[in-house]
Amino acid sequence: MTNTAYETIIGLEVHVQLQTNTKLFCRCSTSFGAEPNTQTCPVCIGMPGSLPVMNRQAYALGLKTAVALNCQIPEFTKWDRKQYFYPDLPKGYQISQFDLPMSEHGWLEISDPKGAFETKKIGITRAHLEDDAGKSMHDEAAGRSDSRIDLNRTGTPLLEIVSDPDLRSADEARAYLSELKLLLTYLGVSDCNMQEGSLRVDANINLHIAQGERTAATPIVEVKNMNSFRAVERALRFEANRQFESWQANPVELGSPGGHKTTRGWDDQMQITRIQREKEESSDYRYFPDPDLLPVTATEADVASVRGALGELPAALRVTLAKKYGIDAYDADVLVNQGRPLVAYFEELAAACDDGRRASNWVQQDVLRLLNEMDATIDQFPVTAAALGELLKFIAAGDIDNTRAKDVLQEMIDAQSSAAEAMAKLGIEKVDASDLESLCRELLAANPAVVADLKEGKMKAVGALIGQAKKQNPNVNPAQIKSICIELVKQL
Amino acid sequence: MSLIDSPATELLQLLKSAEVTAVEVTQAYLDQIARYDGRVKSFLSVGSERALEQAATIDQRRGRGEPLGELAGLPVAVKDVLCTDGWVTSCGSKMLADFVPPYDATVIARLKAADAILIGKTNMDEFAMGGSTENSAFFPTTNPWDVSCTPGGSSGGAAACVAASMAPLSIGSDTGGSIRQPAGFCGVTGLKPTYGRVSRYGLIAFASSLDQVGPLASTAEDAALLLRTIAGHDPLDSTSAPVDQPDYLANIDQPLDGLRLGLVREHFGPGLDDEVGAAVGQAIKEFESRGARVQEISLPHSKYAIATYYVIAPCEASSNLARYDGVHYGYRTDEAAMLADLAEERKQLAAAGDEAGLANLDSPLMRLYRLSRSEGFGPEVKRRIMLGAYALSAGYKDAYYVKALKVRRLIRNDYDAAFRDVDLIVGPTTPTVAFGLGEMVDDPLAMYLQDLYTVSANLAGIAGISVPCGMTSTGLPVGLQLQAPPFQEERLLRAAHMFQQATDWHTKRPTLAAETP
Repeated sequence: MTNTAYETIIGLEVHVQLQTNTKLFCRCSTSFGAEPNTQTCPVCIGMPGSLPVMNRQAYALGLKTAVALNCQIPEFTKWDRKQYFYPDLPKGYQISQFDLPMSEHGWLEISDPKGAFETKKIGITRAHLEDDAGKSMHDEAAGRSDSRIDLNRTGTPLLEIVSDPDLRSADEARAYLSELKLLLTYLGVSDCNMQEGSLRVDANINLHIAQGERTAATPIVEVKNMNSFRAVERALRFEANRQFESWQANPVELGSPGGHKTTRGWDDQMQITRIQREKEESSDYRYFPDPDLLPVTATEADVASVRGALGELPAALRVTLAKKYGIDAYDADVLVNQGRPLVAYFEELAAACDDGRRASNWVQQDVLRLLNEMDATIDQFPVTAAALGELLKFIAAGDIDNTRAKDVLQEMIDAQSSAAEAMAKLGIEKVDASDLESLCRELLAANPAVVADLKEGKMKAVGALIGQAKKQNPNVNPAQIKSICIELVKQL
Repeated sequence: MSLIDSPATELLQLLKSAEVTAVEVTQAYLDQIARYDGRVKSFLSVGSERALEQAATIDQRRGRGEPLGELAGLPVAVKDVLCTDGWVTSCGSKMLADFVPPYDATVIARLKAADAILIGKTNMDEFAMGGSTENSAFFPTTNPWDVSCTPGGSSGGAAACVAASMAPLSIGSDTGGSIRQPAGFCGVTGLKPTYGRVSRYGLIAFASSLDQVGPLASTAEDAALLLRTIAGHDPLDSTSAPVDQPDYLANIDQPLDGLRLGLVREHFGPGLDDEVGAAVGQAIKEFESRGARVQEISLPHSKYAIATYYVIAPCEASSNLARYDGVHYGYRTDEAAMLADLAEERKQLAAAGDEAGLANLDSPLMRLYRLSRSEGFGPEVKRRIMLGAYALSAGYKDAYYVKALKVRRLIRNDYDAAFRDVDLIVGPTTPTVAFGLGEMVDDPLAMYLQDLYTVSANLAGIAGISVPCGMTSTGLPVGLQLQAPPFQEERLLRAAHMFQQATDWHTKRPTLAAETP
């Protein structure tokens, strides 16, 4: 096996279900999980003579997303029919956008705080609106070939976001998807629930393999059926390896005979991709403008007003948090990635305790841990930012140490009490400075070996004294015991 | 004058003044249908029972002094292209022979709200594709003036039933001339409104950018009456125009002073029948004698209209008709027979060791599509689906569809330029009068040329009307076409009414032989 260098080229197509109450071209509900075929009407099931009428809200959500993705918004966009026969497509065509999509040429920046790749801008080829198809359910059990069709989903508004082939690894693809999902969540345009199909990902992947002076490209493979970001990551990793091995066994180039695009499906159970469509079917969708719908116009003023109302988006928010609260980029990233409500909690907490770093640490180490244990979201967290802020102030004042404060927080949750009440209940009270000093003197007198060690600069020895101090008075602050003891030894 | 010979506007007065009842009027038309429709065959279904019930209800409401809709008690026939809730809407096709819509087209809803009595669904060319009603999957309609001739099409039933006094008012649809041409052939008044004037919601689509619903009636005044009810913006149709709706009847009696009429040079060329030309010439003189100034104009791109139309309309049709696939509603092939055939084919291919044949054998789904569509559609519909699918396919779309769209724009520009100089355009509705049944069935191109003078109005989206203006020596009516700028139906109807005040062609009715029992 030669050690040939190759580059992985990945582009992603993401279909996002927009969070509207009604479908893209009729007034049927878009809610998930209803009895099959109960959310339908003559329009979405394509009955003769029915006509589509555009849902302005769907267009508004699409526009908001496109603007947030730094896309150019043309003044004029139109609807086209994409034609193919399938039982879950009752009109015989999908209403989509072909040559004049509602947005083009945007970008999304991705970065990895752990440094797996350089921060980079991933191009967005286009984002356009279309209506969803229904669901076919095939029951092929034991000799039967029974198919049933549920048209509840038919006509649900989708935004198809197509990236440029700018991604160079499965890690980057995952980061792109996470950042995109975060952005969509911040915008409130989609619930991004992959299990319910609100967010679907298809990937195009091939390899550029160095062949001396020139570069050879392997045939492009479209990978489908990936039901989680983890699955996308694994499928792409698998597919890159598979293509490389296939190349080494039989070097077929893109565009050469046998080098056509194929479609493969990810088998999550087997952790492999399987061929779905072998032949290159030159799918001719016979696109043409839908004569039932009017073109849509967006003026510069419309776009400016959408841009003005976006609010601070994740990328900007990370910078703001780091600067405003003096926290690391990494910490700002963790906070922002948790979503807008958690960031709001953090900001309130930081203001309440007047210490951004402390607030950041507590949110990341304790609040997130507790939320995880409770399987809850931040708006369900029983301790308000103001209440937690009170506790953090006690810590700052040296009234209580971090370890005990965690017990206090748990008590605040259990008894639904304030920090002061919880501390009182746990018998925590501030130890007087003179009491602390006399305690330290007692400990040093009783432990001459420790004093000797400290004199020799073995600072760790003080740990033994802290243990004894806590035994005598559980309310003492270890940090204070440590500094007082060291100070006293210096004076000896 | 008997009830069935009175114009709708007069009937309405009789109804309002309670001189006649809705039941009497309805019964009179039902009797006429019973007597003559066996020969004319203008109806696919007649709703006698429900029509009489509805009429009785209206009479009761009138008796109680309740407010009634503006067409209360007037029978209206509806082309079977418009969806009627709970009433089979076949569109003249085997594909929808048993299709019962669960909703009303907006036009139907408006007629119902106006208390019009839906008397029956009229015959048509399948999916409105044709000019003779011979493409109906069920039976051809005949021309009441000569039952060996066609009534024209595709709204043949709609025109024939008015000509034969089986309905005072009737609704048709016009994609390339489908209201005006049969109106001309049958000697009635037929209006194609401006695109966007009447809602298309519930109108089974043939070519969405060209289709328009319109009235057929005995007189321009009656057409105005019906248009007033069905026209107007509809939020369910994005292409219906949010424009003001004039009262088409309010000023219809006022003659148009100083009317400027444009005579299209290209409409008086080769192919125009001499008798048709003479009758139209006479009609133009009539206008001149009433103060109209006539000038020749040119629509230079009109020579491309037929070609343009027969690209755009099939393209849209190929897409609009994709939904009839046997899966969700409408005709489906015999599945058991289909599966048995497939199994047999598979067996034979396997026995012959034909690997390629096996690989290419239809899936059951593909075979279901293939057979349902092959069996459900008639030849003209298939021809247009194939034309359209071809013209939209990769590699041909720019040469056909996209080019046709550009020519369409030029055709509209021609009209815009012409209407700067004239108020209305006048000419023949069709090159010839009604032709014999079966005469053109084997020559689709000759049939397409019937649309020569009418398609441009659809391509340009403007309004047009056909009014009777003469008779040939063989006793067949000649149609005069008037065309108006977009949303100038009021002008169009006033001019047509002005002509009908001066002439009596519109009052002529064929003598029908009752069906021998």
